[in-house]
Amino acid sequence: MIRIVSRVEPSPFRENLLRLAAVGCALAASAAIMAIIGYNPLDVYAKMIAGSLKTAYRFHETVNKAIPLVILSLGIAIAFRMKFWNIGAEGQFYLGAFGASLVAFAFPGLPAIILLPFMLVTAFAFGGAYALVPAVLKARFSASETLVTLMLNYVALKWISFLQYGPWKDPAAKGFPKIAPFSKDAILPNFLGIHVGWVIAVALAAIMYFVLKKSKLGYEIDVLGESEATARYAGMSVTRVTLIAILLSGGLCGIAGMVQASAIEHSLSEQLSGGLGFTAVITTWLARLSPPVIIVVSFLFAVLLQGGAFLQSSLGMPATVADIIQGIIIFFVLGSEFFVRYRFAFVKAGHTAREGRA
Amino acid sequence: MAYIELRGITKTFGSVVANKGVSLDINRGEILALLGENGSGKSTLVNMLSGIYTPDSGSIRIDGKERNFASPFDAIRAGIGMVHQHFKLVSVMTAKENIAIGERAGFFFNERRVGERIYQIEKRFGLVTNPDKKIYNMSVGEKQTVEILKVLYRGANVLILDEPTAVLTPQEITQLFAILKKMKEEGCAIVIITHKLGEVMEISDRVSVLRRGMSVGTVKTAETSPRELTEMMVGAAVSLEITREPVEPSAEPMLAVDRLVKRDDEGIPLLDGVSFDLFGGEILGVAGIAGSGQKELCETIAGLMRADSGSVRFDGGELLGLTPRAIIKRGISMSFIPEDRLGMGLVAGMDVVDNVILKSYNKTKGFFVDRVAGRAHAERIVRAYDISTPSVNHVVKKLSGGNIQKVLLGREIELGPRLLITAYPVRGLDIGASCTIYDMLNEQKKRGVGILFIGEDLDVLMELSDRILVLHGGAVMDIVDPAKTTKEDIGLLMMGHKPEAIA
Repeated sequence: MIRIVSRVEPSPFRENLLRLAAVGCALAASAAIMAIIGYNPLDVYAKMIAGSLKTAYRFHETVNKAIPLVILSLGIAIAFRMKFWNIGAEGQFYLGAFGASLVAFAFPGLPAIILLPFMLVTAFAFGGAYALVPAVLKARFSASETLVTLMLNYVALKWISFLQYGPWKDPAAKGFPKIAPFSKDAILPNFLGIHVGWVIAVALAAIMYFVLKKSKLGYEIDVLGESEATARYAGMSVTRVTLIAILLSGGLCGIAGMVQASAIEHSLSEQLSGGLGFTAVITTWLARLSPPVIIVVSFLFAVLLQGGAFLQSSLGMPATVADIIQGIIIFFVLGSEFFVRYRFAFVKAGHTAREGRA
Repeated sequence: MAYIELRGITKTFGSVVANKGVSLDINRGEILALLGENGSGKSTLVNMLSGIYTPDSGSIRIDGKERNFASPFDAIRAGIGMVHQHFKLVSVMTAKENIAIGERAGFFFNERRVGERIYQIEKRFGLVTNPDKKIYNMSVGEKQTVEILKVLYRGANVLILDEPTAVLTPQEITQLFAILKKMKEEGCAIVIITHKLGEVMEISDRVSVLRRGMSVGTVKTAETSPRELTEMMVGAAVSLEITREPVEPSAEPMLAVDRLVKRDDEGIPLLDGVSFDLFGGEILGVAGIAGSGQKELCETIAGLMRADSGSVRFDGGELLGLTPRAIIKRGISMSFIPEDRLGMGLVAGMDVVDNVILKSYNKTKGFFVDRVAGRAHAERIVRAYDISTPSVNHVVKKLSGGNIQKVLLGREIELGPRLLITAYPVRGLDIGASCTIYDMLNEQKKRGVGILFIGEDLDVLMELSDRILVLHGGAVMDIVDPAKTTKEDIGLLMMGHKPEAIA
């Protein structure tokens, strides 16, 4: 007979071991699926690693994918720590990119040293303001932030499509529906071979680490996440903390949009994100809302994305295989949380029950 | 031979030994009281008997046959039912529906058959409920009756009650005891866990005492005394007296509450014109059935709830309309221990340090939280109030109830308040831990702090308070002098009757 017993004393070491085991199981399960559809799994994994890390160019591509994931995840993490389920990172990303584009098109003559920070700040403001909409709706009418943030993603995306096919359509593009490229000064320069967004991402991660773990604001966010009643009891202004945290959350997602538009796309387009805002929800969760871990998890996910894209060109394998692996990893890692909290105890019927030490 | 025999039961949780070689006999037609301080392993023991935990070693025999319970369902099949301290009822359902859920019967709910069986059980044991009443409309006493009925409905003839009287009025306790006696006559075996020695002496036939996970001994109630039981529990002679420190109260009222009114969304009064004065150096006890407006009173004074009308003046200055933080700054502190202990005053998932700084983290300048000072402060509180925790970085929800409450009250007292509002500070605590808390309160009173003490145990309220305010339905029934009033009169006031003797 099997019964489920809750674990009494958590041990961080065992928990991490469990999570590693979960990733291992996920890779094994993915291998089985690949074998079924007729590929040699070892070959596929080797190609994914090679395709994402082997040459300098591929490594850069991987890092390019990791950068927006890191910044988006940082933004999402702030909101999630407060148990504000902001899944509107995608929309805030686009609004940030839109804000940055406005500045880039309005002041093409400004030198980069002024223009780029100006674009960054505007992107932060636009993303943050967009996130404030669900926050205010929640504070005022208790509207579910999950639904509102989710729906606003589509509003933002459609807005960009409208610009692209309508007022911002580049007349020089010979009829193609695309927005004009940024001026040279509106494009983020490279640093050590990769666009300077990686420095921004690492710096933001360091800042967010201190904000979340050491600052009064981070403490207030954590208390509020545990219990609003306690936060009020302690004399915190729930509205103030919520608004600041959500402004930061949306603002960071907006910065991710600016970085992507400026450094990668050199313009604004409705394909700018490609669903990164949703992938970032996953990386944030897997990183357990911790900024340093977000960097690691985002990089691993970038390897997966880049490797998946490489499979398509080298093996003629659909890139969606990477999506399958992603899905399986998430399934196993989230499933492993069950074993972090509980374990199975085997009880022999008609015999004195003995349970092993937790 | 006893009906249920527990032999050499041992249970460990990680490195903590909760029960070590415990043996216990339970007979039919008998009420057995299980006594012990917090953390002495009473709950663990009955949880093994009711199938929630499995013992590491030892045996459980029922009617001579060895049993292994893999789940509470197995225990119920063996006739053992447990009434938990926190009711496990679905509040939007009726009593009847609650009783029938979990029954492994057919696909459809045969309401008439269920109703008939409930009626049979009620008749047999002398219980009174309204099976069609929704749980959320019920008083605590009624809910408890439903819990008992639920267990009996499932065919239990062994009933385990975990601190059943903690939330009841004296009248409800009398009713409960009548039911238990009736069940005893019908041949049921009853195990009752309680901290109140008076109740142990009144209701039980035998008492079994646990200390630090081991059985100290079992005695016949008729042959023992509260003093002997306490000594068995604590392992040393202790004083049971709660002292009322004679302190000269301040000349002017510290807190003046005047015609305070608060209505809920439907216009039903939660606070119905509450007026009273509280002086410095006095403990004003508040008695009342659970949900008579105690929580609303506390929260209104602390600024967490907006009153509709009335005034609350502290040292002459109006408090209504101020933010909670402004009220904390004036030296008013509130510690409200909710039924789940961790509700509002503490952050369950944070460690002792982060909980200790909850109200003072903002006093330092700058952007960062000063956890170095917070840690020193936490260590001081842990030492001063003898809180047993592996370290100040231990998560608060993993501490025992007494220690959780000491963290909360310790933090509030260390803030140096002028007015201390404390609600149910000894909820679920054993005698030793409760006495520590009473001493802490008396100490504050001697310093001239005004204390509003919201309690549930009338004996304690009468011994500790200088005056007792009785709430009923959000209104002040009376403010009485405990030295000149009987418990029964206060009980009547709590029920909303004004006895002639007092009036």
